[in-house]
Amino acid sequence: MENSGTYTIELRGIVKRFPGVIANNGINLKIHRGEIHCLLGENGAGKTTLMRILYGLYQPDGGEIILNGQSIKITSPRAAINHHIGMVHQHFRLVPTLSVEENIVLGLNEGSGPFMNFRKSREKISTIADRYGLPIDPQTKVWQLTVGQQQRVEIIKALYREVDILIMDEPTSVLTPQEVDQLFTTLRTLVDNGLTIIFITHKLDEVMQVSDRVTVLRKGKVISTLSTSDTDKPALARLMVGREVVFRLEKSPVKRKGKLLDVSNLHTLNDRGLPALCGVSFEVFGGEILGVAGVSGNGQHELAEVLTGLRKLTRGKMFLSKKDVTNCSARKMYDCNVAHIPAERIKMGIVPALSIRENLILKKYRHSPFSRREFLEKQKIEQNAHDAISDYQIAAPNCETAAKLLSGGNIQKVVLARELSENPSLIVAVHPTYGLDIGATEQVRQILLAQRERGAATLLISEDLEEIITMSDRILVLFNGEVMGILDAENADIEEIGLMMAGTRYKGEEQ
Amino acid sequence: MKKKPIFKIERRPVASGSLIFFVSLIAIFIALAVAGIFFRIYGVSPIRAYRLILSGSLGSRFGITETVRRAIPLLLCGVGLTIAFRALFWNIGAEGQLLMGAIAASGIALFSKIPGPLLLPAMFIGGFLCGAAWGLIPAILKVKLGLNDVITTLMMNYIALYIVEWLIHGPWKGPSMRGFAYTDTFPQAARLPSIYGTRIHWPTLILGIILAIFMYIMVTRTRSGFEIRVIGENPDAARFAGISQLKTTLLVMLISGGFAGLAGVGEVAGIHMRLLGPNHISMGYGYTAIIVAWLARRNPLAVIMTSFLFGIIMTGGDVIKVSLGLPFQMINVFNGLILFFLIGSEIFLRYKISFNSRR
Repeated sequence: MENSGTYTIELRGIVKRFPGVIANNGINLKIHRGEIHCLLGENGAGKTTLMRILYGLYQPDGGEIILNGQSIKITSPRAAINHHIGMVHQHFRLVPTLSVEENIVLGLNEGSGPFMNFRKSREKISTIADRYGLPIDPQTKVWQLTVGQQQRVEIIKALYREVDILIMDEPTSVLTPQEVDQLFTTLRTLVDNGLTIIFITHKLDEVMQVSDRVTVLRKGKVISTLSTSDTDKPALARLMVGREVVFRLEKSPVKRKGKLLDVSNLHTLNDRGLPALCGVSFEVFGGEILGVAGVSGNGQHELAEVLTGLRKLTRGKMFLSKKDVTNCSARKMYDCNVAHIPAERIKMGIVPALSIRENLILKKYRHSPFSRREFLEKQKIEQNAHDAISDYQIAAPNCETAAKLLSGGNIQKVVLARELSENPSLIVAVHPTYGLDIGATEQVRQILLAQRERGAATLLISEDLEEIITMSDRILVLFNGEVMGILDAENADIEEIGLMMAGTRYKGEEQ
Repeated sequence: MKKKPIFKIERRPVASGSLIFFVSLIAIFIALAVAGIFFRIYGVSPIRAYRLILSGSLGSRFGITETVRRAIPLLLCGVGLTIAFRALFWNIGAEGQLLMGAIAASGIALFSKIPGPLLLPAMFIGGFLCGAAWGLIPAILKVKLGLNDVITTLMMNYIALYIVEWLIHGPWKGPSMRGFAYTDTFPQAARLPSIYGTRIHWPTLILGIILAIFMYIMVTRTRSGFEIRVIGENPDAARFAGISQLKTTLLVMLISGGFAGLAGVGEVAGIHMRLLGPNHISMGYGYTAIIVAWLARRNPLAVIMTSFLFGIIMTGGDVIKVSLGLPFQMINVFNGLILFFLIGSEIFLRYKISFNSRR
């Protein structure tokens, strides 16, 4: 209390390492009492890791946490709650078949002996509901609630445990716009009642709308802490994506060939049935890399799925080398020579329990020479694996090794070897270097550049703007499922891109 | 000073074949030891009971033949189940699929006009199709409507069971059976030959062994087998690779249900020569086959061994009933314990425990 003034919580030099990456690299953060403090950063910037440390889910490798002037250790979420720190996770921790009140008292020792006593807790819930404007029926089952209402239960759960500091991890990612407005009103009420809120997000609009101050994180470091009233969206975008001189890869000038991919007016829905792409049109030529930039969740994921046949279009047309491939299946797209390097390489890119040998034929097992009629050709498959291991320098004991035993970089090389071996005409690469160390990143980028040299058309979807600018020949910016513009990478202005990522249409050259 | 923990638990990258064998063997022994407690409760020395079971099932010609005849339906059902389990389809319905196979075979044997030499092949084909159809219903319900396969396959068993009951009490009740709930006996052309003096209907046995080998080849060497393994190990990657979940699920249930149906044909055409009460046709082969497939670690070839092992246990059930006057249901206790310890032992395949030696 004495020497830390108005800071309710202060993080000093927090370091957290995971195998191969430093998620938090000496983070200093001071949170005022009674403010809404946004943590802004791209995916992988270290926001969630930092908050998990504060909530006791991870132990830091270095640094200290100072709460009200005292250095504390938070060893578990229970310890965090004892320090009056609560967290609402991005994916709720609720039991759907239990009622609201049962979820709220879950894990607490309410009642006497083995018996539950809901009379007292119900009273407390209704007091909280009245005080903070969070109406809820305590006896409804959680599965009957909307997502917004479930989030309300999570907030009440934290308030019931008398938290002073509430961490919200990307709370709007699951909400409709109306629910977002309601959430922001609630957060204001909470702050007016003396709570402190840490709000994790990568959406600039939300920062401007809800926060008092904002801290921008990039690659595990604090870039800056600002008062929201002293800044604006373009400035934040710039801080978030980085403005240091971009390292240019040795890259030959673009040798554009014929038009390979031509898509017009693409419309599709996301998993929750809401519009994800709204009239996206562009074309990609052979021998060029078209980078797709944008803050995550603006339609990039759905675009990749549409182009590889994993998601159906609701409207629009896709042509590949003048052939209509609208709404073809994933298998058909592969047969049309489209390679896909998926965002989640372990979840989608490989079958972890199967061997490298088998993972390398995951898509082409039906084709000659790997199978003849029904039967797989063991020798050909083995030869293929040996070739891939030496061509792509995959570090593995042998081709029988289970894919799950490889490092992230080597798993990605297995995926690349499989997807690129057929000399694809179109490559859809999503976050191809995400989570890889510098060496592996370099190798993956060289592999993709070699494909460009060969004449393949590449669509590079990445949240790493540095990667987009280094690799691409042209850059397309997506915002809210719409194309904000396509610009030349050679003389791309990073501020311009930042603005477009925040929703401003490109004014450079007229179409 | 910090105390060193006595042991450490670490992830094990891959379990070797010999480890799997060893761990499974220990699990069975522990199950036998625990089952011994029940023998004690009945006042029977467990050692004596086990000795009797072994000598009764393996110590005589009759014992061995009884063991083999029980292994036949377990083999057919078990091989099919390994395929379903590989694709992560939890088929608990082999019992019902077996009964449907038996119904189809009986219907064809009793009421069709198919001439002699073609009658048995027709019964096998009909049994396969009927068992497969019974398996395909839950498969479609799972893929199209997302219904839980464990529950649907299990409930389908009861439907099959009551269809058999209804047939033998109603429309198919044999006029020559003097009021017993049986159908008439099958004509000679609809009876499977047995090894002389035994109840081993050898054509079904050979069929089972051939199918086990075929399925092993399918899983390891063919496209469909590859698709089944990919779907079972990572459904997301399967979608990504363009493998159809519908087609693969239908295929595994065609096989799994069809093989169980074949087992049903073997039982009515090889042992009973008529359709009779469901508990007499099957004695829970479809359920025991789940353990058979699991003990074989979903390897179709290994089912040849594990089905034989459970043939011993089932024959042992008869022995303890006759020699010791204990209920036949003792073997269900056995089976339950074996499955329990088998699943429990899987943690030793995934993790390794290393002890810190004290100094």
